[in-house]
Amino acid sequence: MKTMFQKIWEQHEVVRESADTPAVLYIDRHLIHEVTSPQAFTVLQQRGLKVRRPDRTLATIDHSSPTRTDQIFGGVPISIKSAASQIAQLQENCAKFGVELFDLKSDQRGIVHVIGPEFGFTQPGQTIVCGDSHTSTHGAFGALAFGIGTTEVGHVLATQCLLQRRPRTFAIKVDGALSPGVTAKDLILSIIGEIGIGGGTGHVLEYRGALIRSLGMEERMTVCNMSIEAGARAGMIAPDEITYSYLKSRPRAPHGTDWERALAHWRTLPSDDGAVFDRELTLDGNKLEPMITYGTNPGMVVAVSGSIPDRHDDAVFDKALAYMGLQAGAPIGGQPVNVVFIGSCTNGRLSDLRSAAQLLRGHRIARGVRALVVPGSQQVKKAAEAEGLDRIFMDAGAEWRESGCSMCIGMNGDTVGSGDYSISTSNRNFEGRQGPGARTLLASPLTAAASAVRGRVTDPREFLNA
Amino acid sequence: MEPIRQIRSRTAVLPFTNIDTDQIIPARFLRTTTRDGLGQRLFADWRYGADGSPKPEFVLNRPEAAGCTVLVAGRNFGCGSSREHAPWALLDYGFRAVISTEIADIFRSNSLKNGLLPIEVDDATGQWLLEHPGAEVSIDLASATLRLPNGSAIEFTIEGFARYCLLNGVDELGFLIAKQDEILAYEKRVQP
Repeated sequence: MKTMFQKIWEQHEVVRESADTPAVLYIDRHLIHEVTSPQAFTVLQQRGLKVRRPDRTLATIDHSSPTRTDQIFGGVPISIKSAASQIAQLQENCAKFGVELFDLKSDQRGIVHVIGPEFGFTQPGQTIVCGDSHTSTHGAFGALAFGIGTTEVGHVLATQCLLQRRPRTFAIKVDGALSPGVTAKDLILSIIGEIGIGGGTGHVLEYRGALIRSLGMEERMTVCNMSIEAGARAGMIAPDEITYSYLKSRPRAPHGTDWERALAHWRTLPSDDGAVFDRELTLDGNKLEPMITYGTNPGMVVAVSGSIPDRHDDAVFDKALAYMGLQAGAPIGGQPVNVVFIGSCTNGRLSDLRSAAQLLRGHRIARGVRALVVPGSQQVKKAAEAEGLDRIFMDAGAEWRESGCSMCIGMNGDTVGSGDYSISTSNRNFEGRQGPGARTLLASPLTAAASAVRGRVTDPREFLNA
Repeated sequence: MEPIRQIRSRTAVLPFTNIDTDQIIPARFLRTTTRDGLGQRLFADWRYGADGSPKPEFVLNRPEAAGCTVLVAGRNFGCGSSREHAPWALLDYGFRAVISTEIADIFRSNSLKNGLLPIEVDDATGQWLLEHPGAEVSIDLASATLRLPNGSAIEFTIEGFARYCLLNGVDELGFLIAKQDEILAYEKRVQP
């Protein structure tokens, strides 16, 4: 009896691990982007090495790319020079090493963890890596997907393999169902709050149970995406009919008899009944509520309807609240906000934009609040525009941009001002994450949209009941 | 990479838990295509004010931190982003080892590949180190031992292959390239 992780791991062992050496693990899919790849290509260049399997490698531009249409399509120079030269470096490296690039003007471009699934490049049973910690997203398909550093990007480019010690397994079972107004984002924030931001260190998480099975693929991606915020490099969900119907007829998914063969393999992947995990946790999904962070890491989280906890004699906690300018014991609801960001690899997919738009329809964003909506990919942008979501956002007073990581990480100049409060659908509320001095409150697209309308932290259920 | 055997230094102490890699080096400094000069950006938002002047109260700006090559921090050091710029910045600044009761997975892996020793210690040792900034410690990699000035010797765990590579200056890419035949055989077997 084996866990899904164990099956996929064993199927990718080129050389098994021993007491002396880690396993040589084969990598099926390697995604690269402009920020964590240049120094890896330099190593290949210095050593006269080639990219071993360009056919298993896909590049895109997301972290430092502008979201302003004129800078991508209008011939206006990219305003940040270092971003422009980093993008140019990736273009040059991809051309030189024969790696396929979804380039700046391509309608295939987008955040690396949005495009992989979108094109069916991401598939069940695969090992998938990228020089980005949110690679855990792809685990939603029943893949073993994890973030790596730049040295390892070089290892995979040159050999298609990594040296890895086998992590432990951690089953997180969620039963019940999500109540109205409660989303996959609230679920994963609750899990991180429960196990803590180091709670998954050394483990691969497998999310299981009736509630997980009921989630659509985009919701599953939101959950797996933030596995790293609990310290786990990877999070996985067993593939099922929902997975297969999402993948069927995607451009890079198998077709015809290859599809049938792949499907037969994928059906063997889920953890066997009775498979043993190193750790297990069960949560009652019926009790979940809309959640929001109040501190400087994603584990510092409360219900939107709740209050900031009070911890005595905890200097680190006090430091976090001082940075955030918030009071222990105070309700988080009603806290004024300056900026609302809807997007990122966590919540920048079509269903996320639909959920925010549904709440915003017929409303105006509060005076003085800046709202930025950034689709996760150009395909998401196109699909959203086809159903008029862009009009809903712009009519409400939000900015509608080209795709990219944008204000989640602020590398492209989309930043939050010092001291300003941002409700963000992204994944990290670390000090300065959205810009020096920025104060980030992580929440779902629904909570972000509700808060945008009121100009303060608002429980989205107030709108659902209206 | 140069072999590493022993490190002796006073410690610089950052008494905070969950120090993430966005603090170690903020994202706006990742718009680079080399790994040079990142030490200047280490802990940039804790080290410098908005006008770029050093904050005198920050640990690394204090005279006693000068020349320290061992950094001590609270639990779960290096969590968050996978940016290898974090160990690059620590190394470029002059650090050779980081000690904490828990070190995040990706940061640990990145550190080992660059010759920055990630050392995990028990709670009591971690607490002692946090309470004694400037303590003269020595680290012996071959025996995986940390010696404190009070004479106690604490063994730490470090993955055996990584230790072998660090002690002997062996490069992991070279090791993987030498597995060429096995990799080819795997590809033929699994994806004919």
